[in-house]
Amino acid sequence: MIKYISNLGDAALYCDFGIEVNKQVNSEVIKYFHTIKKKDIEGIINLTPSYNKLIISYDLRVTNFKEVEDKIKNLEINETEKINNKTLQIPVCCDASFSLDMERLEKKLNLDKEKILENFFNKEYFCYMTGFIAGMPFLGDLDENMRAQRLETPRVKVPKGSVGLTEQFSNIYTFESPGGWNIIGNTPLEVFDSSKEKDPNLINPGDIIIFKQITLDKYNNYNE
Amino acid sequence: MNKSYFEIIRAGIHTTFQDKGRNNLYHIGIPFSGAMDNRNFLLANKLVGNKLDLPVIEFAYQGPLIKFNGDKTSIVITGDVIFKLRKKDNEIDGKCYQTYQLENGDEIDILSTNRSVYGYLAISGEFDIRSQWGSYSINTKANIGSNDGKKLDNNQIINISKINLNQDKKKINYFNSKIENIRVIKGTNFNYFSEEGKKLFFEKEFTVSKLSDRMGMRLEGPVIENIVNTNIKSEGLLKGVIQVPADGNPIIMLSDHGTIGGYPKIGVVVGADYDRLVQLSPGSKIKFKEIELSAAETLFKLYEMETQNLISQI
Repeated sequence: MIKYISNLGDAALYCDFGIEVNKQVNSEVIKYFHTIKKKDIEGIINLTPSYNKLIISYDLRVTNFKEVEDKIKNLEINETEKINNKTLQIPVCCDASFSLDMERLEKKLNLDKEKILENFFNKEYFCYMTGFIAGMPFLGDLDENMRAQRLETPRVKVPKGSVGLTEQFSNIYTFESPGGWNIIGNTPLEVFDSSKEKDPNLINPGDIIIFKQITLDKYNNYNE
Repeated sequence: MNKSYFEIIRAGIHTTFQDKGRNNLYHIGIPFSGAMDNRNFLLANKLVGNKLDLPVIEFAYQGPLIKFNGDKTSIVITGDVIFKLRKKDNEIDGKCYQTYQLENGDEIDILSTNRSVYGYLAISGEFDIRSQWGSYSINTKANIGSNDGKKLDNNQIINISKINLNQDKKKINYFNSKIENIRVIKGTNFNYFSEEGKKLFFEKEFTVSKLSDRMGMRLEGPVIENIVNTNIKSEGLLKGVIQVPADGNPIIMLSDHGTIGGYPKIGVVVGADYDRLVQLSPGSKIKFKEIELSAAETLFKLYEMETQNLISQI
């Protein structure tokens, strides 16, 4: 449930689902996101679901805060509706040429490489949100002993396909981009395909992700 | 009918195609983009008799030098722009908001924007370019949009697929007023900042930094002290949102902004002031003025009415 609604500037509703970040709260956000998207409410031009917030922006030429707030407050959320979420396997190569921050992680987490990889691959991840850059998924949760802070100085260029860790989350860099996450590997899979007019991103909020370790040889000969 | 095209002799600093922007893609990380200064974008299309949502050429600071080849047509430049039109036997100092006939071999030399950032060039006709996700707007950081998501390059050819012949001369009198007081609605993390910080934010002057582009405008000025947390759980952003990272220097999100961010939001620039905000060049001084939501909604209506009035005069 939305705990409270306020305005973010003059053209958006800021819906707060509570301070906690967990799957349950995020699933509520995603449920609202899907319901509103399907309703196609006049004037709403963008929805941004995140861990525990949903930002609804609208065209001030068409509607205003009060009108959109009323519609959202009176929205019927179908609790039983099944959202079509997928389980996806993502191949990741952790060859030394890709795992740019392995040494740093070994020190910060006080674990050796084998243990870090074992912990990382031995889990299912939940996609909380996508964004920052096109298609980048924010996946959780990492085990308590796997949580490290961002790099003190972010990289100017993180290679495309890089798989990173920060705090309770893992992500995938869909493009070369600046970034400060601890990089442990790289996926040959095209996680964001900008040539697709419809559904360019492979991973959507609510999806379950399983990372699968592959060898460098397999990485180099990867065909989707 | 000849084949008509633009030959980009000099591309300029940051020259792109822009239109009304892209909707409904924030949730997958794709920003709005679109013309930074929406009013000048609309006026450009209207003056050359185009549909208002057609893509135009946006340039920043130094613009392109373009040679035109093909059938007679007309062009217009909007904004506050210094440009020349070179014809076979004469050179004209161009005026904004006034259409010019363009003939085979003519050159448009956009020297610079004048005490502003963005200007627009529209041609009476349509460029032969491809749209992506409902818009032609180019986002060079994510390589999204027409021209493979890249800014225009030297020696590039842009084909013009449709030319509207026999355009009447059109003109309006319009001056881009410079804005000094940017009106702001308090942000969702306003209370993260110290009493002194909040006071400084609304009382002191800020200077627009050189590190500003279509993604964001960085400001220099008094440091705004955070007393709660310099990070928040990452959440959605919008154009106009003012974030304050740990160093205490505000950053205003502009049209190509990342869709998610984790810095506290001290305020949001109102919609009515956005077009003039983006025109502030590095070194410009600004002050923030707090207003309520209802006042911002009224201001936007007025701004929109003014825009519509200008359009209907053409």
